[in-house]
Amino acid sequence: MPESVQLTINGVPVRVPRGSTVAAAVLLAGHPGFRRSVSGEARGPLCGMGICFECCVAVDGRQHVRSCQLLCREGMEVTLGD
Amino acid sequence: MTDRRQFDVLVVGGGPAGIAAACCAAEASLRVAVADDNPALGGQIWRAQQFSPSTREAAHWCRRLQNSPVQHLVGMRVFAQADARTLVAESETAVFELAFQKLILATGARERFLPFPGWTLPNVMGAGGLQALAKSGLDVRGRKVVVAGTGPLLLAVAAHLKSYGADVLLIAEQVSRRRLLQFALGLAAQPSKLREALSLRRQLAGTPYLTSCWPVAADGENKLERITLRRGAKTWSLPCDYLACGFHLVPNTELAALLGCTLEHGTVRVNDLQETTVPGVYCAGEPTGIGGLELSLLEGQIAGYASAGRFDTARSLFTRRNRLRRFASRLERAFALRPELKELPHPQTLVCRCEDVALSRLREHSSWRAAKLLTRCGMGPCQGRVCGPALEFLLGWQPESVRPPVFPVRVETLMAAAIRDEPGTSLPDPALRS
Repeated sequence: MPESVQLTINGVPVRVPRGSTVAAAVLLAGHPGFRRSVSGEARGPLCGMGICFECCVAVDGRQHVRSCQLLCREGMEVTLGD
Repeated sequence: MTDRRQFDVLVVGGGPAGIAAACCAAEASLRVAVADDNPALGGQIWRAQQFSPSTREAAHWCRRLQNSPVQHLVGMRVFAQADARTLVAESETAVFELAFQKLILATGARERFLPFPGWTLPNVMGAGGLQALAKSGLDVRGRKVVVAGTGPLLLAVAAHLKSYGADVLLIAEQVSRRRLLQFALGLAAQPSKLREALSLRRQLAGTPYLTSCWPVAADGENKLERITLRRGAKTWSLPCDYLACGFHLVPNTELAALLGCTLEHGTVRVNDLQETTVPGVYCAGEPTGIGGLELSLLEGQIAGYASAGRFDTARSLFTRRNRLRRFASRLERAFALRPELKELPHPQTLVCRCEDVALSRLREHSSWRAAKLLTRCGMGPCQGRVCGPALEFLLGWQPESVRPPVFPVRVETLMAAAIRDEPGTSLPDPALRS
């Protein structure tokens, strides 16, 4: 069993292997849509490397964080765009 | 407000080119640092491999990096220049000024994406994009994946995903079989590349590799459910969980352009020692032309030695580098995009994903500048990094000049940077200085 961390995604606790990015955690938790586009479309990660900004979520109250460039931390609160 | 750090050699970008450059520069007892936006060094190809490298080469460079005094500045995004010898970067919580004597740009490449109906659906990703997520903890076991687009990356991605337990249904490569065979025959002159290709082929035994084939639509309710492919006169649909789709790579040249380095044909111009047209600023790896791992490592070493004044050591690597450069230009010709792909997006297909601008609205304009002003295309957070290369192919629009910040940053960051701003510096926008 690999070492894991627990975070919440939209208030729901999720446990993922340590070293996972927030983007991977959101997908693992079954949310393909991370944010809404300016015209309201559901969007998820495209580039996986910090370029496209499609995977932006709110982390601990900070908006527009690229989830693919951030590792999960214990107790982190992630909120997706509705 | 800002934390100022001083280095003899600063490397921006911690992929293979940046790691090689930093290690070589540090051999000369210089103060060397690598700044990278990602949570760890390694770049895309060696992502998450520092402690369990998958190849001998990765192991060699990871060990060399661990044994060198190079400082790792990870999670650090360079977004502007404070003066000729200082860059400004933002981390998750702070702002840094990174001062240097010599600078090495190893900013890598990104995938080229082409718009087609449904490409904005969640779970339609880049080929490297899905691979990066799989390396970062996404479990793809048993997931049905179609890998599509163009370039040797498709094979590497498919093999990787398969090794992670994904069910790779097929690989769709837009290049024709004839062109691909021509390219493959030329590999005989590059034994290492040939070995790599044969090994990938072995790993992908049983996975169909369709040439002259590309995706024409993705469909699904709120996420990808099926993909439609075309090959010649045949069009068919296939249910899948992920589409990993990228059309080769484009160099990341924004920072080089911001610093005033001359670009030609979308790549950074360098001399034999990898020095750009700005003295003291070097460039190595994909930004000088897409050439892959081996070339990146050589260019990185040359730039590292040159930045440390060890010119003879740098020169000893020229022959090998120049041979790989010839391979790189053959690669570019072989995987050129076929004109039929210009018909992929329908008029209502979004091209700019940040501002949701459809192709029909862009066709009303004659240039990037006009389209930007009137549609906001390319003015969202990605700053045209996704739609720019697509529009260059679709409409022949050339990229515009680059302005700071080259990445969107927090308002607090801009304020911290502006407060420190002194006469004669150029940060970040005249409007923010008053």
